[in-house]
Amino acid sequence: MPKPSASAKRRSVGAVRASFAPWADPGAVPLIRVASVTKRFGDAVAVDDLSLDIYGGEFFCLLGPSGCGKTTLMRMIAGFEQPDTGTLTLAGQNLAGVPPYRRPVNMMFQSYALFPHMSVERNIAFGLRQDRLPKDEIAARVAEMLRLVQLEGLAGRRPDQLSGGQRQRVALARALAKRPKVLLLDEPLAALDKKLREETQFELMDIQHELGMTFIVVTHDQEEAMTMADRIAVMDRGRIVQVATPGEIYEQPKTRFIAEFVGDVNIIEGQVAGQEAGLWRVAASPAGAPLTIDDPDEVLHSGQAVAIAVRPEKMVIQREPFPAGRPNVLTGTVWDIGYLGDWTVYRVKLDTGAIMRVSRANASRFVEAPIDWDERVSIAFAPDAAVILSR
Amino acid sequence: MRGPAQPLGARLASALVPVVPYLWLGLFFLVPFLIVLKISLSDAAVAQPPYAPVFDWADWRGFIEGLDLENFELLLSDSLYFDATLSSLRIAAVSTGLLLLVGYPIAYAMARAPVSWRPVLIALVILPFWTSFLIRIYAWVAILKPEGFLNQALMGLGLLSEPLDILNTEAAVFIGIVYAYLPFMVLPLYAALEKLDPSLTEAALDLGSTPLRAFWQITVPLSWPGIVAGSLLCFIPAVGEFVIPDLLGGSETLMIGRQLWSEFFSNRDWPLASAVAILLLLILVVPIVIYRDIEARRLEARP
Amino acid sequence: MTARRFSLFNATSLALGFAFLYLPILLLVVYSFNDSRLVTVWGGFSTRWYGALIQNEPLMEAAWITVRIAFVSAALATVLGTLAALALTRYGRFPGRRLFTGMVYAPMVMPEVITGLALLLFFVAVNLDRGFWTVSLAHTTLTLCFVTVVVQARLVSFDRSLEEAAMDLGAPPLRTFLFVTLPLIAPSVIAGFLLAFTLSLDDLVLASFNTGPGATTLPIRIYSQVRLGLSPEVNAASTILVGIVAFGVVTATILSKRSVLRSRRNAH
Repeated sequence: MPKPSASAKRRSVGAVRASFAPWADPGAVPLIRVASVTKRFGDAVAVDDLSLDIYGGEFFCLLGPSGCGKTTLMRMIAGFEQPDTGTLTLAGQNLAGVPPYRRPVNMMFQSYALFPHMSVERNIAFGLRQDRLPKDEIAARVAEMLRLVQLEGLAGRRPDQLSGGQRQRVALARALAKRPKVLLLDEPLAALDKKLREETQFELMDIQHELGMTFIVVTHDQEEAMTMADRIAVMDRGRIVQVATPGEIYEQPKTRFIAEFVGDVNIIEGQVAGQEAGLWRVAASPAGAPLTIDDPDEVLHSGQAVAIAVRPEKMVIQREPFPAGRPNVLTGTVWDIGYLGDWTVYRVKLDTGAIMRVSRANASRFVEAPIDWDERVSIAFAPDAAVILSR
Repeated sequence: MRGPAQPLGARLASALVPVVPYLWLGLFFLVPFLIVLKISLSDAAVAQPPYAPVFDWADWRGFIEGLDLENFELLLSDSLYFDATLSSLRIAAVSTGLLLLVGYPIAYAMARAPVSWRPVLIALVILPFWTSFLIRIYAWVAILKPEGFLNQALMGLGLLSEPLDILNTEAAVFIGIVYAYLPFMVLPLYAALEKLDPSLTEAALDLGSTPLRAFWQITVPLSWPGIVAGSLLCFIPAVGEFVIPDLLGGSETLMIGRQLWSEFFSNRDWPLASAVAILLLLILVVPIVIYRDIEARRLEARP
Repeated sequence: MTARRFSLFNATSLALGFAFLYLPILLLVVYSFNDSRLVTVWGGFSTRWYGALIQNEPLMEAAWITVRIAFVSAALATVLGTLAALALTRYGRFPGRRLFTGMVYAPMVMPEVITGLALLLFFVAVNLDRGFWTVSLAHTTLTLCFVTVVVQARLVSFDRSLEEAAMDLGAPPLRTFLFVTLPLIAPSVIAGFLLAFTLSLDDLVLASFNTGPGATTLPIRIYSQVRLGLSPEVNAASTILVGIVAFGVVTATILSKRSVLRSRRNAH
């Protein structure tokens, strides 16, 4: 439970306030429960004593660099690998020994894996035929799926006659046709170009919301995860580092790994110099005076070495020095400027040699006397704009 | 444990997949060889079948005593078999060398041909193989005879006054083996050469090498797996070849395959024939194992 | 790999190579229409040998038996060879795998005189009457290895995720194999069947060792005739065979080329 902070009002992390949060409800039962699962391939440990709860109706994301074990975990849920130790439970049923063709889980493959010798219609109907549904019911379901992914009229085509984006929709339709309890998506947007990727992201979210299904997406692309997910599990080397909403992951990273993996960040190292009125004082060499950080959830002692994370957009940059008494002020010279149209990114070399990234929205079209290369600038950030990283 | 979970019934059924061919090969390939071994240690008998019984369950002690190395002693003492073995190895080796000489340029040209031609070229190389082996050898009889097509052509063109005596000599056997086994040399070579990156040769030329040197130092070594596979695929069966020396070779063309055949069919000495088979097998076991290893490694090398 | 300078040397090699391969066959075909009984002397155009061929009862009978044997052994070999290919590519390290690989690849290179003798001795030992079935079993054992090689080459490059997708959608392994894997490897399986068929059709040595009364195959008959001297009817038979095979191979090539072009045009 968070300790009472200096401010009495409840603060919401991140800019978006989610009203859907079954994980916070103590009475909710998770749909999928992963309990102490380990999986080894020879000497390499792919998944290391991992535990996770996923709730029904979630758009869940497994995020991490390649080799972190996210794909292995997904394949274990699908049934293509079996855990060496631990249990996997789906809707209360233990999945041990249950083959993939008997699980109420369907997967959308990264390569789409469309059957090249079957038409779109037969691809989508394949799963339904295995269940021996009556013909007219199959036909109705296939038509419904085609409408859902906006591919009506292409039922008779073969996969090699479709574009990449169309093939992806067929793969999605095929995986949804059986109304599985859980849909697994393996890097669903990896093969699409940027424009298509953005559109598809929102479409996936719409479909998931409309059908009320649980989606689990495996991806290495943090933008994808941040956009689509209700919750993200960041994985590294077979373990889960943090499970939280995108907002919490971005604004309250638990470790340095997460702070650096998701988005850009400035890391400042220092030592705790004490606590004053609920705010931590940290002596850090890049700054003149010790920094003032508002992070009430941390328990620290004097002299402890800490790392502070500040996102570039939370910093203020200006030419004129700040008035005295303003907390968390750093000074340096502009080393690099990146103009991105909507944002400008400044890389500032502090007097100590460290480089800080500061980004600022270009909120107006015309700027008088813009900051230039090699200018002396001052940077400041608010006490609650920084996070103290525990590791 | 790798792979998906499977119920017991499915696992048993899937075990059948390797088991069925395994049993077949064990029964029809392995067991016969054990029998050949046993027969080679037996005595000939004037009976039908012309050897002492394979295995007498009741009298197994007497059975063991009945085995002897008589046939092998005969093989080793009679210089005929020694000569035939040496001659077979020699002919097979020379033929394999010729096959490399003839097959390499063909495979090389195929690998350099425009991509759209290649299926056609492969089909053209394979097509003779689909027609009867026996008949193609028979065609060479017609060509190489003194009155045959070759001599007719050469004499007709005035290049010869007297017909060449090629048929019934070793030279005819060489031609026959090269002709019959050519697809077996060309295809593995082509497979290896086709994978070769042409920019490697270009890099060599760019660095100052002559085309000939680039060929010897880059192309040939990199196509080595194909050379080895093709050579083994031709050499091993050629050692035991029967039809070609019988139809095209003369009485002085000694090949161990012919010996085996005549021991069996003409002399009706099955144990001796078995001993010859064992002898031939012993000679070839090393190349066969090498070939098996190459193929098995190729299988595992793929992802 | 892009094709580079297809030089004159390359073109000459190909031309000479194919001339070497096809000249004998061409001569056979041409002289099958030779009116003279002397195979190597041209006596005018005639189709009499085709007529004589049809009336040559022993030869026709032998041809019919050979085709039946080839069909039976090729069918068996295709099933066994495909199973063996699956075992080699899908089953990882199972006990006895080295021996299995050896038994699969050895018959490919083993001189036929050895395998022929071995199988005959086996059939005698188990008291199996020699004839149609012993030849068929012998041919199956030899040709299944070739089928394995052909099918295994295709299986190795087969996209396993298609099978996983099928299982994920509810198809148990057998149905996955029948409806997804098999249709896609079918061309290789068929090629394997044709290969086994041809090898059986063509085989002299194994058949000679393992045949019995009433099962004289065409190669055996041709061989005994050829030893006595060249025969024009054999020319005619070989021309027919060449014609059939050429037609088959050309059709197969055209069909496969067309399907490759079609899929290349459609894929982006």
